Amino acid sequence: MSPLGWDAPADLEKDPAPIPGADTPVPESLRAEIEAHMANYPDRRSATLPALEAAQRLHGWCSPEAIEQVAAVMRLTPAYLESVASFYDMLETSPVGRHSVYVCTNISCSLRGADELYEAVLEAAGGDPDINVRAFECLGACDIAPMASVDGVYVGPLSPSDAPGLIEDIRAGRAIAPEKQLARRLVADPRANSREFPEHAAEPPRRAG
Amino acid sequence: MAGAAAPQLLLSDIDEPGLATREVYERRGGYGSLRRALAMTPEEVLAELEASGLRGRGGAGFAMGKKVSFLPKGSMDKYLVCNADESEPGTFKDRELMGKNPHLLIEGIIIASYAAGAGRSFIYIRGEYVMQADVLDSALAEAREAGYIGQDILGSGHSLSLVVHRGAGAYICGEETGLLDSLEGKRGNPRLKPPFPANQGLYQGPTLINNVETLSTVPAIMRLGGAEYAKLGVATSTGTKLVSVSGHVRRPGNYEIELGIPAREIIYGLAGGPPEGRRVKCWFPGGSSSPVLTAADLDIPYDFDSLAKAGSMLGSGAIIVVDEDTPILDVAMKTAKFYRHESCGKCTPCREGTNWTVRMLERIDSGEATPMDLEIMASVQEHIIGNCLCVLGDAMAMPIGSMIAKFREEFEGHIERARLGRGPGEDGGGPPTERGGA
Repeated sequence: MSPLGWDAPADLEKDPAPIPGADTPVPESLRAEIEAHMANYPDRRSATLPALEAAQRLHGWCSPEAIEQVAAVMRLTPAYLESVASFYDMLETSPVGRHSVYVCTNISCSLRGADELYEAVLEAAGGDPDINVRAFECLGACDIAPMASVDGVYVGPLSPSDAPGLIEDIRAGRAIAPEKQLARRLVADPRANSREFPEHAAEPPRRAG
Repeated sequence: MAGAAAPQLLLSDIDEPGLATREVYERRGGYGSLRRALAMTPEEVLAELEASGLRGRGGAGFAMGKKVSFLPKGSMDKYLVCNADESEPGTFKDRELMGKNPHLLIEGIIIASYAAGAGRSFIYIRGEYVMQADVLDSALAEAREAGYIGQDILGSGHSLSLVVHRGAGAYICGEETGLLDSLEGKRGNPRLKPPFPANQGLYQGPTLINNVETLSTVPAIMRLGGAEYAKLGVATSTGTKLVSVSGHVRRPGNYEIELGIPAREIIYGLAGGPPEGRRVKCWFPGGSSSPVLTAADLDIPYDFDSLAKAGSMLGSGAIIVVDEDTPILDVAMKTAKFYRHESCGKCTPCREGTNWTVRMLERIDSGEATPMDLEIMASVQEHIIGNCLCVLGDAMAMPIGSMIAKFREEFEGHIERARLGRGPGEDGGGPPTERGGA
């Protein structure tokens, strides 16, 4: 599905959708969550991202229905919300699987084999419509490269052979690769933060001056 | 200075179990700096920050004390925004600080807001950092309960609100004005500067924007005193810095170093250097936006001015090491594709320049390029720099330009081999690629 106005022409005969009326059905929990976000800011519009995120969590993607519900609560036009949703990578503007696997394929991860990992994860998922596998830009976890964020949980370092197990864990609803989760990692090798590092570097450190 | 173990101001207790809770944090002396600061006047706190010489840790390296002093005096609504949209490829230091020591950041924010006279504060955290945002939210609830956030903090008369705002995945929202637009609920397009955020930022009000690491350093400055902090590091780059080392090294991770130590000590000493038998080909000293340096530059002192003098920058403090087995074209392609994807599209030189750079790199790989394409590509980079509202385009142009300048022979060899028909689809015409880490 390509956005109107880009690959497909926009219908200029049609009037833009106005702000949906108060009679738009909105699930009570979603309305409460969006209103709580709006109360956090001096300007209610600031709650746009958290509100879209909440609607996406409920509907699976920023569907026209999800957008309309957010618009009704926030008193904004659907067009405005769509323009925002289309800007951000984590807001989906077409239907996707419920589970997300973001494989980081930026420089640090690709130096350590992220492209192969991405292929392996794609293959393991086998086109399962329930799993949204994406190559993602730097996720900020180059210390566990190559890595992936599975439903928001960072795991790494992963090798292509870990891919089937990863997909299994998602399907079974288990914790994702518990032994490889970032949360378990200490900041660095304990020896690394001291100067008594073992002398096994390819080149011995030289000191200037 | 070099040689002695660097004082660990930010990472000292980082792996302490339960550090993210107020109880453990306070047992370790937490919120002591806040009490000290609140006993002083805001002007005195500002004087300490200025004396510390602390430079912004997010990328630009602007003096933090000076930034605070730019905010107008008076009783208008002022804002403090913590930039936690850490998206610079190679950078993962703020993730560590927020996920493990959230109270340190909150304490820093309260002290900085007191000095700046800001009454509302926000942490704009990238949406991918789910766990870190949750940790911050629960730490914030604890801080509120203890009276560190709210009305009349500890009887000082200073009031502050704090909201953790989750982004939704856009590199450009790490640019301060793009971040402000995003925080106002819009697309994250950067704004024209001036006016600078210190005068007209969030909701048109004066706004102080600082990186997570910068704000997390503030409690240590209040504890040591600005003058004492300034003795760490070197004259124009004071203090300690978190360095994220990644790529072809044996021990990738975050290390706290004293600014001014040789880069070799970080890459080979702390991070263990490339795996056995491999050598450094090039390294990004400050994230993927910084011009690359080569193995010949390893003895440069790692500080703001020395790296600038060497034609690069300290940036966010993310060192990415690339070993000799990796074709430079692969590195250039990854870099260029990232910026093409993340360009917001507002300014033509960036939108078109990033796109055409990728296409020209692809031509090199597919054997359609001639050495003249290198000249064109280099001139595209020159025409991006300085011609856009923000520096995203520059952030691609600088490293790509430096790669063309420093590895021209390799590019030319690649063009020639690809042209002679070893062709695309086989091995792309480059030397054999040995991927994978230690």
